[in-house]
Amino acid sequence: MNLTVFYGAVILGLLYALMVLGVYLTFRILNFPDLTVDGSITLGAAVAASLIISGVNPVVATLVAPLAGALAGLVTGTLHTKFSIPPLLAGILTMIGLYSINLRIMGRPNLPLLRQPVIFEYVARTGLTMRNSEFILSLCVALLFIFILYYFLNTETGQALRATGDNEVMMRSLGVNTDRMKIVGLGISNALVALCGALVAQYQGFADISMGIGVIIAGLASVIVGEVLLGSSRIIVWLMAVVLGSVLYRLIIAVVLRLGFQPTDLKLFTAVIVTIALISPFIKSYLEKLRERYREKNKLKA
Amino acid sequence: MLEVLEVTKIFNQGSVNEKLALNNVSLKVPPGDFIAIIGGNGAGKSTLLNCVAGVYPVERGRIFLNGEDVTGLPDHRRARDIARIFQDPMMGTAASMTVEENLALALKRGAKRTLRWSLNETRRRLFREKLAMLKLGLEDRLGTPVKLLSGGQRQAMTLLMTTLIQPRLVLLDEHTASLDPKTALKVLELTRRLVEENNITSLMVTHNMEQALRVGNRTIMMHEGKIILDLQGEQRENMTVPGLIEMFHKVSGEKMQTDRILLT
Ligand SMILES: Nc1ncnc2c1ncn2[C@@H]1O[C@H](COP(=O)(O)OP(=O)(O)O)[C@@H](O)[C@H]1O
Ligand SMILES: [Mg+2]
Repeated sequence: MNLTVFYGAVILGLLYALMVLGVYLTFRILNFPDLTVDGSITLGAAVAASLIISGVNPVVATLVAPLAGALAGLVTGTLHTKFSIPPLLAGILTMIGLYSINLRIMGRPNLPLLRQPVIFEYVARTGLTMRNSEFILSLCVALLFIFILYYFLNTETGQALRATGDNEVMMRSLGVNTDRMKIVGLGISNALVALCGALVAQYQGFADISMGIGVIIAGLASVIVGEVLLGSSRIIVWLMAVVLGSVLYRLIIAVVLRLGFQPTDLKLFTAVIVTIALISPFIKSYLEKLRERYREKNKLKA
Repeated sequence: MLEVLEVTKIFNQGSVNEKLALNNVSLKVPPGDFIAIIGGNGAGKSTLLNCVAGVYPVERGRIFLNGEDVTGLPDHRRARDIARIFQDPMMGTAASMTVEENLALALKRGAKRTLRWSLNETRRRLFREKLAMLKLGLEDRLGTPVKLLSGGQRQAMTLLMTTLIQPRLVLLDEHTASLDPKTALKVLELTRRLVEENNITSLMVTHNMEQALRVGNRTIMMHEGKIILDLQGEQRENMTVPGLIEMFHKVSGEKMQTDRILLT
């Protein structure tokens, strides 16, 4: 098999790791299944791409994207906490709204970045090839955010955020405005996701209105792959597992494509992975029950 | 210290499920009082505590804490003065977080939480010292996730977390009810020690009549959203459990489900 394909998959995995960290933050830490992600990744891509096309420096454009993402998270958080809309519905509302907003920002469904300056070129100026620059930058960004999140989740505020997802009643009785905590968490998560969108758009050379479809499921699949490999209760291990999960997920996808599946088949493939992971506890307990019954039968015979 | 003034709490107002849970309740609690609250199922004991804590808004009446009107404040804004312990030992701690992380969370009760690293050696030393007082060996398990501890250990930890930052008022809602009898007794002893040593004002819901007369300095009985009995001083000292049941019959005009209250 072709090594460059795998190199590309690793880079993509590192870039998407930002989104996966965001998903991990909401799903696992805040215990809030946030579907805003599908919209905010496109939002980040749309904001960065249109800024770059209008002549803004790509570094600046990349940094504006997470601000837009944070705003999207704020909307979902406010819908949920202030108006008691269930998490799933609040996320879907923002996501659907973002579809129209993203189209407005881009002006059309697909915005190519051909012959436009992108952030990876700044690294390439050091003399590295474009491919290696993409790898180095995506690796550095992933490591940077592992570190930032590790630090944040161990601060007083970060611990309060984790505890909010664990035991909201207790945190309110300890004086924490848990509504605000959730809004902050959703803001951070979607900022990460939008930053991911901005980088992915520059990596692949375009922003596309449909690039967010099913991203949440890919994110969950990556989180699950990481957990299976490195399950631990230590935050730092978790964060690394999540990034590793993202890379492995992209590698698995690359292999599946090599096996002759069409890119359009991938969504079904991912949905199946996540489904299996979600129902595996049920399967496990069912198998155990079967085994027990079998043992009892044998005992009766004996 | 605490004054509940003509408070009425109605759940699901205007629907078929409308429930008058607190009916014009007034209660004055001077500093240092340790009040035991008893009453049948659905009498409104938990609702009273929840209204004092600010979990539910009240339909009518006012609540004062240290002379300040806190009626409109949400629960998290009353947390600096009020600490709570729940019946379910799982409710008082964050299961997925470690012993030291939980204590660090409690160390900031009602205070601003910063962006500084939360755990350091000074704090760990303090936690070890405080945990040692529980005599449960937890001082050597700072890094253990709380979900690995027993119900009794968790409830003892919750008590410790409550007193880490001295509250003015502690609300205990049947906090020994889901523990086995031996552990329950231990946790109750610990409660007495922490509350009495620090002279914290407390409201403790219990369904153990014996306990209600023995622990603390005042006993309140609730029935159908009202306080129907308030015993203190000599009157309380001379009261017996059968006497208390007798009183209940007289005041409520109903027969009490004595088996549940006596046996547990
Ligand atoms: N959140 C709630 N929503 C609706 N009804 C409630 C709620 N909490 C309590 N109630 C009702 O209010 C009454 C008093 O309940 P509670 O204060 O829990 O009684 P207890 O004295 O057993 O603690 C009960 O009839 C109960 O069903
Ligand atoms: Mg109750």
